[in-house]
Amino acid sequence: MNPDEVIVSEIEKAFPEAIEEVSEFRGERTLYIRKADLKSVCQFLRDQQSLQYNFLTDICADDMLPEFPRFAVNYQLYSIPRNHRIRLRVRVEDPEDGPETVGSIWAIGTWLEMEVWDLMGVRFKGNTSLRRLFLPEDWQGFPLRKDYPLGYEEVQFSFNFDEINAKKPHATKD
Amino acid sequence: MTLSAGGDAIQELTLEELRNKVGTGMEIEDAEEHMLLSMGPQHPSTHGVLRLLVELDGETVVNLAPDIGFLHTGIEKNMEAKTFTKALVMTDRMDYLSPMSNNLGYILAVEKLLGVEATPRAQAIRVILTEMQRVASHLVWLGTSALDLAAMSVFLYCFREREYILDVFEMVAGHRMMVSYFRPGGLWRDVPEEFETAVRQFLDFMPAKIADYEALLKNNPIFLGRAKGVGVISAEDAISWGLTGGSLRGSGVNYDVRKANPYSGYEQYDFDVPLETDGDVYARYRVRMEEMRQSLRIIEQALNKLPDGPIQIDNRKIVPPPRAELGRSMEAVIHHFKLWTEGFNAPEGFVYQAIESPRGEFGVYLRGNGGSKPARVHFRAPSYVNLAALPKLSKNLFVADVVAIIGSIDIVLGEIDR
Repeated sequence: MNPDEVIVSEIEKAFPEAIEEVSEFRGERTLYIRKADLKSVCQFLRDQQSLQYNFLTDICADDMLPEFPRFAVNYQLYSIPRNHRIRLRVRVEDPEDGPETVGSIWAIGTWLEMEVWDLMGVRFKGNTSLRRLFLPEDWQGFPLRKDYPLGYEEVQFSFNFDEINAKKPHATKD
Repeated sequence: MTLSAGGDAIQELTLEELRNKVGTGMEIEDAEEHMLLSMGPQHPSTHGVLRLLVELDGETVVNLAPDIGFLHTGIEKNMEAKTFTKALVMTDRMDYLSPMSNNLGYILAVEKLLGVEATPRAQAIRVILTEMQRVASHLVWLGTSALDLAAMSVFLYCFREREYILDVFEMVAGHRMMVSYFRPGGLWRDVPEEFETAVRQFLDFMPAKIADYEALLKNNPIFLGRAKGVGVISAEDAISWGLTGGSLRGSGVNYDVRKANPYSGYEQYDFDVPLETDGDVYARYRVRMEEMRQSLRIIEQALNKLPDGPIQIDNRKIVPPPRAELGRSMEAVIHHFKLWTEGFNAPEGFVYQAIESPRGEFGVYLRGNGGSKPARVHFRAPSYVNLAALPKLSKNLFVADVVAIIGSIDIVLGEIDR
């Protein structure tokens, strides 16, 4: 049995309903995991002696507009002892009600989730550090979403200073 | 009213808010005596525009929170509005110390999505150039981090040798830094005749230079005192914090993407993955010094068996036709026009491609939607991930040690902020 099949059968044994779908593209296996099971599946993948996915490489979110559910969150896992990669993908309907944080399983999880929230606006349950990271504190919206235009910011000169300042969310009336 | 452009970006914080940000939530003794120090963003030892909020008890670091985003230019978003080929130039501008590695990671992801593989000659040239880039990037790291630790002269020598590498890049790509030399399906053009001589010359003088740098540092008591036993991280923690590259191998974890998941024909070359077990600043320094020597080994092997043959695949739907054909073939004109206006279409699906950049695992997540533009590009930037461990590494050390640790985890802010 190849490593891809091992992991599917192991998860199915422990969590019979967790895997929604398995897909393969260009030799990369993706497991679609039910959102509610994500954290326990991750814990299982890290702790199970026959799997040992001890390295969380990356978390990234994908806006699948106009599909439904709209958002998908990818977890790239890697097992250093077994030299095997796997991708977990979680479909998220409501970005405010995202998957549970994996920060308690891999320490880096919290930091990676902060980036996802800042740019895509998927909120991870239990992650208390979510804040603006790359963008200014008063930024509105989440730029990586498909309905967020790749727009321009009007340049503020002295002749139009007040006009532009009034549009800013933090505008002070003085 | 005052014109304070950008002034609002730096937020004034209280100690209380900093602790909330960092999320320790612990009771701290004598907390009233602590002070809040804002290091950066224009601090020379933060290697770019990194701002650190440090809570200090005397000179000891109690809490530390990195504040990033000063260089954020929305590269991932911008790439979605460009064709696959045009988006390439943005990858140069992320990790500006190793554009070749960024190009390679992105191009390999595009090729994986398309289901094509570059020709053997293109792959070998890619390996030679990315390994030269690794040496160049490590030279900047060595120079600047030694400068932070009060060893001024190393910096000057490192930049002298880096200049030579950049000259070679200019020779092949026409650019010193923003190269964009690797293209989907191969290379922009073949290397010039003088390339081999230039690289051989580099291989001849470089080992002695690396020995020189080591001679400057290995008996330097200030350098050793500030590097040994500082910023220690165990193998287990390093894995959990997602460290990669020299920072991970300095803790004794044998993980190098070039060995674990070879790409671009790395499996043909014989090289070692240097490991140290101490996990401190000095261990990371030793790993990277040895990595430079291993890179030279790889370059030499690749150059010795550099295959002849085409530098681009023979697929006109991806690779533009040669200039000479445009004058006599209508088909070539059509292909040329289609490629430079619309670009090529990539199938629906998503891939993840990892490479070993000088800073660690550089990963590219790429999704195509059947069109000529990427539907989503995401970079697993090694600097961004490595930075997360900084608060852990610097806890209960002095401010001066934080400077040494930033140098040792080798971050580039352009890549962190993207």
